[in-house]
Amino acid sequence: MAAVNLLFVVQRPPYKSENARLALTHAIASQTAEIYMDDGDSVVPIVAFVGDGVLNAVKGQKAMERYGVTSTEMHIKSSLMIDMPIWVCKEDMERLGLKEDQMITHAEELGADLKTKFVSFAEIQKEMEGTNHLLFF
Amino acid sequence: MGELTLGVFPSLVGSMTLDFSFRLADAAMEKGHKVNMWLSGNAVMMAKKGQKAFKDYSHNEKKMKELMGKGMEITVCEACAEARGYHKEDTPEGMKRASMDWYLAKTVKTDRLLHIGGE
Repeated sequence: MAAVNLLFVVQRPPYKSENARLALTHAIASQTAEIYMDDGDSVVPIVAFVGDGVLNAVKGQKAMERYGVTSTEMHIKSSLMIDMPIWVCKEDMERLGLKEDQMITHAEELGADLKTKFVSFAEIQKEMEGTNHLLFF
Repeated sequence: MGELTLGVFPSLVGSMTLDFSFRLADAAMEKGHKVNMWLSGNAVMMAKKGQKAFKDYSHNEKKMKELMGKGMEITVCEACAEARGYHKEDTPEGMKRASMDWYLAKTVKTDRLLHIGGE
């Protein structure tokens, strides 16, 4: 029996590449990974947005209207809905002039209790050092 | 000996990162390690059969098949493939297609996960 911690670090901005979307869809796939695992095994993901990647967590995205695709915002809210931690680096938000009221802070409309956590890079780095596997997107 | 899982995301043409992934897998297998490879995002095109070799582009199909023959397990992201018009009948023999949870499940037993990112 093992619970394996996975830290998905997203440093790319949304829509310019597929990276952020792939990070979120892979992390969300943790919900169904048990079909390939032994009884008692599990994976426990955290998604942390750093650098330009914090732009993924800006609220009010119009991806469906503009591009006809689901938004990164929707994936982040789906993550919160399944209790998957979403972390956003505070220093990088500050660098880009972003305030918390411009960001996706919750998914209460979907029934999610978990909220986005705005954290220092030091906290993300600590998690990087302690996690079982680190996945950079 | 250990088990190494490679999550491979770069495109087939445009960088040498896929070449690096196969060389690394080859080196690890030479040392006796078991290697699993997950092809996702643009990297799924690596696993489409019928590729033609040109000297202007790197061509890894032969190496990929050689490594599969030695026991490397390669699985392709099914959704990423279908989104690119690459269907089950285009998949080379011996290669699996699965959803992303296959990759996450591999992280439990593998000794090392190396995530080789895309563009």
